[in-house]
Amino acid sequence: MSTSENTKVALPAMTHTVGMPRHQKIIFVLLLGVLLALPFMVYPVFAMKVLCFALFACAFNLLLGFGGLLSFGHAAYFGMASYVCAHAAKVWGLTPELAILAGTATAALLGLVIGSLAIRRQGIYFAMVTLAFAQMVYFFALQAEFTGGEDGIQSVPRNDLLGMFPMSDDLTFYFFVLAITYGGILFIYRITHSPFGQVLKSIRENEPRAVSLGYRVNRYKLMVFVLSATFAGLAGATKSQVFHLASLTDVHWTMSGEVVLMTLLGGMGTVLGPIVGAAVVVTMQNYLAYLGAWVTVIQGCIFVVGVLLFREGIIGVLSRILKKPL
Amino acid sequence: MFELLGIPPQVLMGQLLIGLINGSFYAVLSLGLAVIFGLLNIINFAHGAQYMMGAFVSWMLLNYLGIGYWPALILAPLVVGAIGIVLERTMISRLYKLDHLYGLLLTFGLALIIQGLFRNYYGVSGLPYAIPPALQGGQNLGFMFLPNYRGWVIVASVIVCFGTWFMIEKTRLGSYLRAATENPELVGAFGINVPRMITLTYGFGVGLAAFAGVLAAPIYSVNPNMGADLIIVVFAVVVIGGMGSIMGAILTGFGLGIIEGLTRVFYPEGSAVVIFVIMAIVLMIKPEGLFGNTA
Repeated sequence: MSTSENTKVALPAMTHTVGMPRHQKIIFVLLLGVLLALPFMVYPVFAMKVLCFALFACAFNLLLGFGGLLSFGHAAYFGMASYVCAHAAKVWGLTPELAILAGTATAALLGLVIGSLAIRRQGIYFAMVTLAFAQMVYFFALQAEFTGGEDGIQSVPRNDLLGMFPMSDDLTFYFFVLAITYGGILFIYRITHSPFGQVLKSIRENEPRAVSLGYRVNRYKLMVFVLSATFAGLAGATKSQVFHLASLTDVHWTMSGEVVLMTLLGGMGTVLGPIVGAAVVVTMQNYLAYLGAWVTVIQGCIFVVGVLLFREGIIGVLSRILKKPL
Repeated sequence: MFELLGIPPQVLMGQLLIGLINGSFYAVLSLGLAVIFGLLNIINFAHGAQYMMGAFVSWMLLNYLGIGYWPALILAPLVVGAIGIVLERTMISRLYKLDHLYGLLLTFGLALIIQGLFRNYYGVSGLPYAIPPALQGGQNLGFMFLPNYRGWVIVASVIVCFGTWFMIEKTRLGSYLRAATENPELVGAFGINVPRMITLTYGFGVGLAAFAGVLAAPIYSVNPNMGADLIIVVFAVVVIGGMGSIMGAILTGFGLGIIEGLTRVFYPEGSAVVIFVIMAIVLMIKPEGLFGNTA
């Protein structure tokens, strides 16, 4: 994607970020330890839900926190990938890894189409455009044949991994999901800490200046949009295998709002923030489900309080106190 | 009777009427968004929720206080606008120095709270609101039957839209408003209280949304979710029209309503997405919007 002269210009900015700082290495190892132990402490399905949303939020944060682009339509990629993966597993009988791959590829393609239109506008218009396109995808999912309309795609089978390893046991499948999400999160970390990520940061901070330095800003924006949509799709596709279900909830605008909430709560532009935010929001939904519509009110309150008083998010505040990027 | 492309004129006119009704709501709502955006530089995500509140307040006035439709048409926008002013003073005004995206996130949160609260107390099944006696029945126009109330909705929205246009473009107050949109510091230096003007503008924009809600109450059932999906379509309308011009917002709103209605006649499956498709085309050809002047 990036032309050779762009890479050359970006290289000096990299010198101080070669390799992962030691404290972040420790954090990633600790994180892996916690995630390996998690299914023995809580229900594996709940743990898998946390993982899927953590990856979804990290994908979203890649776009907002590092690209500075607020998409209000990420449910489109999450949901469509979930539908395609469910269809592939149920109707075509694909194995989980191929079904998830099919879903993820769909999300990437959708991201390319919507992204190339949406990056023509900036700021809040960008948010409105992405929201409107996501609503269009929602209507498509409502009317199309293969999505099953209001019913969604139910009782999606979880076929044998690579055609060999049975995955019906939730605990076994957890480790497959862990491999996907942990790999995805590491990959996103790698993107944000690459020369490409540095250019993104410069576009976020001062777009006209990045243009004047000779960067093809729109190419970078489209690239990060597609990457973000792809990982959102990976999360959505995996989720449909976890729950044996793809439904309209996954593609509705409330889902787009939830991923914004997770990222805002955890801390935009931080590495760990979206993971923490996703864990908090999913846990809250789980334990407060009996409150019904009050959950929406609580989420709204978190938005309002977060924006007014707590814009750095949980990890942002921690990172400021510890004086280390987390 | 003549037929157009095999479509009976009653069907065509009926759908055109529904299109005009929807267009009225698009126009009034996108007008409110444009007025708010012009001065506050935020996109009011709570606009759909405030439209819903307008409908609910008129329902409450009728059922709790026995106040009918006509007073509600004035009272509901005042009540909802006052609530908007409180929100602006206590919360939104704290965000003007920050990135505009925070305004979007804050009003999104407010919309979730408002919709959640109404859903808790009134459920999602919807409440009936009767058409006022003076507007029941309809006119037979020869080629179609026009229910009086629907005719009134179109007339009332046209009046409100052009009244707003006149106020902003042709009066002294409007000239202050336009000047403050261009350069708030300079207008403040001339001794005009810009913060108060901003607050009142937000209240006015919210009041417009509530007015649309009162108009909608007898047509659609009064439902906590009535504004949520509508506002996304209105966002698309705003992207198509661009928010630079008041008249542009009005014309785009009505025009897209009519196009949507026609689509329902000729290609019903596409009617839900036609506005989004038009948005995609506009983004390809004229990204700044039909009447837009800023990126």
